[in-house]
Amino acid sequence: MAKQVQQLDRVIIRFAGDSGDGMQLTGDRFTQETASFGNDLSTLPNFPAEIRAPQGTLPGVSSFQVHLADHDILTPGDAPDVLVAMNPAALKANLGDLRRGATVIVDSHDFTRRNLSKAGYADSPLEDDSLDGYDVHPLELTDMTVEAVKEFGLSRKDASRAKNMFALGLLSWMYGRPTESTIAFLERRFASAPSIRDANVEAFRAGWNFGETTEAFSVQYEIKPAPMAPGTYRNITGNLALAYGLIAGSTQSGLPLFLGSYPITPASDILHELSKHKRFGVTTFQAEDEIAGIGAALGAAFGGALGVTTTSGPGLALKSETIGLAVMTELPLLVVDVQRGGPSTGLPTKTEQADLLQAMFGRNGEAPVPIIAPKSPADCFDAAIEATRIAVTYRTPVMLLSDGYLANGSEPWHIPEVADLPVIDPAFATTPNHESAKGDPEFWPYLRDEQTLARPWARPGTAGLEHRIGGLEKGEGHGNISYDPANHDHMVRTRAEKVARIARDIPPTEVDDPLDEQGRGASVLVLGWGSTYGPIGAAVRQVRSAGHPVAQAHLRHLNPFPDDLGDVLRRYDTVMVPEMNLGQLSMLLRARFLVDVVGYNQVRGLPLRAAELAEAITKEITR
Amino acid sequence: MTATGTSTGTEPLPFPGLREVPGTDTAQTRKDFTSDQEVRWCPGCGDYAVLAAVQGFLPELGLRRENIVFISGIGCSSRFPYYLDTFGMHSIHGRAPAIATGLATSREDLSVWVVTGDGDALSIGGNHLIHALRRNVNMTILLFNNRIYGLTKGQYSPTSEPGKVTKSTPMGSLDNPFNPVSLALGAEATFVARTVDSDRKHLTEVLRAAAAHRGTSLVEIYQNCPIFNDGAFDSVKDNDTRDDAIIPLRHGEPIRFGREGRLGVVRDPATGALRIAEDPADADVLTHDAHAADPSTAFALSRLTDSGVLAHAPVGIFRQVEAATYDDSARDQVHVASQGTGDRREALAGLLSSGDTWTVV
Ligand code: SF4
Repeated sequence: MAKQVQQLDRVIIRFAGDSGDGMQLTGDRFTQETASFGNDLSTLPNFPAEIRAPQGTLPGVSSFQVHLADHDILTPGDAPDVLVAMNPAALKANLGDLRRGATVIVDSHDFTRRNLSKAGYADSPLEDDSLDGYDVHPLELTDMTVEAVKEFGLSRKDASRAKNMFALGLLSWMYGRPTESTIAFLERRFASAPSIRDANVEAFRAGWNFGETTEAFSVQYEIKPAPMAPGTYRNITGNLALAYGLIAGSTQSGLPLFLGSYPITPASDILHELSKHKRFGVTTFQAEDEIAGIGAALGAAFGGALGVTTTSGPGLALKSETIGLAVMTELPLLVVDVQRGGPSTGLPTKTEQADLLQAMFGRNGEAPVPIIAPKSPADCFDAAIEATRIAVTYRTPVMLLSDGYLANGSEPWHIPEVADLPVIDPAFATTPNHESAKGDPEFWPYLRDEQTLARPWARPGTAGLEHRIGGLEKGEGHGNISYDPANHDHMVRTRAEKVARIARDIPPTEVDDPLDEQGRGASVLVLGWGSTYGPIGAAVRQVRSAGHPVAQAHLRHLNPFPDDLGDVLRRYDTVMVPEMNLGQLSMLLRARFLVDVVGYNQVRGLPLRAAELAEAITKEITR
Repeated sequence: MTATGTSTGTEPLPFPGLREVPGTDTAQTRKDFTSDQEVRWCPGCGDYAVLAAVQGFLPELGLRRENIVFISGIGCSSRFPYYLDTFGMHSIHGRAPAIATGLATSREDLSVWVVTGDGDALSIGGNHLIHALRRNVNMTILLFNNRIYGLTKGQYSPTSEPGKVTKSTPMGSLDNPFNPVSLALGAEATFVARTVDSDRKHLTEVLRAAAAHRGTSLVEIYQNCPIFNDGAFDSVKDNDTRDDAIIPLRHGEPIRFGREGRLGVVRDPATGALRIAEDPADADVLTHDAHAADPSTAFALSRLTDSGVLAHAPVGIFRQVEAATYDDSARDQVHVASQGTGDRREALAGLLSSGDTWTVV
């Protein structure tokens, strides 16, 4: 049967099933196929904190959303156009997010009385009117899979496990995805278990063939590749990009990378990734706790390594005393916080931006720390290099604030040329920098660079530079313990000034204002930081295409802010700050610039929804 | 005469623990290791004696001064690094072993020392201590045990005897103390020793062996705090009592002590437990084996230490065994993985464009 082919400019697909159904893998494969086809894309994995929550229940539902388009897109999308639900719980947990009229593909095999009741359905939604308004396709995915792979002699249970690949095959057919990479992947992944390998490949093919032959689907969709700048691309998650950025920071500074870390969701993948790359001189130390992780990183930094620690909010709380020590000893150190829902254990696998104030102020005393935040998964690479540059140049701990959405979400990444990456000079001290009263050369560990106020970084092993540092206040210059009131006041102000001066060294705020060319400017500026870049950008586009001018700016440097930020804010009647917290950047902006800002705040553990944000922006403009 | 009589019985040299640390031909004296900072412990504090012993002993190592690093936590003894003209870091409470682990792992060319106290190492930093010991990172930990909190002015510590009356425990402390040596042996530390601040010769011998050991060396130093816990170790110091109080451990020698050697450590044939016997037959006296792979006997010896007021304490090297160190192994992995990496930037370019890529022309 010849199928009709329909053009689409974009589609949002969500795969949902039980934690054990392999939905993350399915979504990931669909994403890779989509990436190699050349669409722009953005993904949102969403999974429970429990490794295997009770089967068939709502808390056990795991999903993976992918947004693909023939043009540049910024978010994984608000409302899916297609839902693949492997069981009743997956249907129930996700139905409310779909757009009206969305396509719903369910594995009807799992819609048994028992499973329905586990999901809280009194009656099967496939048999009443609760799915009216959706384009529902109940398919016997499990049975068709078992039938397709019967020649490989697997038990029914093992055979049915390949149903996710059947579903992937069907969706790959529907959207004309290339299949080679998935087949190659399955062959690699299950190389040691030939019958499982063959069953998965066969299920994938059977799904594709089913799409081609069944009458259930009469239309195949085509989404053309998105125009992209020439170059080589790959799809990348934030955690992977961040790990690569750290390796690049090490290579570009010539400093061996030392990671001290304790496993914590959603940051552990950075530890896993870095531990694979020892050939770059990377040492990974899985410490006994969060405090030892950062302690070891600081010890390595004292020895002249690029010290890094990776964590999430609860771990950052434990590290605060050591960050204070790094502030006091003025040693370079990278502290990566992949933020998750809080407080306390909070929502370990969900995203949030509520550690900004912790990063800014979560230490005793006046302990300023520069803060950098990447805006998208791929941007984690550049942000990590920038954090390295600041840490090494200014001899300071730097906070790098990623989040759960960036960590696991992915997008195409234009792979940079290594020759284009910044070179970072550690400029170790090699000779004494002072003369004693007797005229002998000596080393003063707190004699600062006049421009940056950075102190010299003298590695143990350098003759003549023996010195002692520590958490007690030190005298300016000579660096001996000092309890002198005037010296303490001076040192507190100097540490603050050193961090403030980083602003001299960062680009001005980039404002995208459609009315700038006409010389008048929009009345509303939407200002964000971190991972809200995508939803804010998408919302701003929607508002503009509805005919309302609105300006957008995004902060990568949260401490210090760019020097021109105050002026930028004052140019607008209204500054709107969307955040996945209750107004932390808003608070900093108000305190710093005495400018009121309108917060747009959500803490749902999920990225902001562009459409809702667009509505809120429009309301502000038309108020 | 020293409290422990003869030597610790282990070979002091060469120094495999310091194998990669560059040496110097320039003769050094104690002055080379003395910083220009005024020492600020209370008069009569046992820390002075340990500092003098360390400053006197360091020249013997013949290492380049700039390759020696002392890292401390918080407490009276943790001021130690400021008084030594080497590299040093006075860090935060309890964390020195963690910081030293990072330094020792990333720099094989350094001689790394940790200075800590009973509160620092066993209370707030207990976790880091046991993990450093189990990992066997190449460093020497000097644990100054004065059985009291000095810097915070006299609260009981995790090594204070039960019932200790202090400012924070006016009716007596309630918790059982740690025995630092037992704890270290429980963590399977590869070098565990105990010495006394006032016995310069024994202290130096133990330090020499500790520095020579490749792996984590834990040296508990009984240190008198004349201000808040004076006399805590009198039994092992007083001329009248020390011969009966100190159970001297010398590798390969029978553990016989007391006036005229009338006491000895024997093993109860029925239970296997160790006890102190009066006038034991030579054949019954336990011969100390610091090199035994199994730490059980060393642990049993450590239990001869009184947990309350000190009447008996074994002193010397309890355990000294060879084992792989974390830092050597970690560097080996990096070394093996780095074979054939070639130019790092080229390798980086390869890494960045690995995986499924596509090209837009
Ligand atoms: S309080 Fe005790 S331990 Fe501290 S310096 Fe004074 S005497 Fe020494």
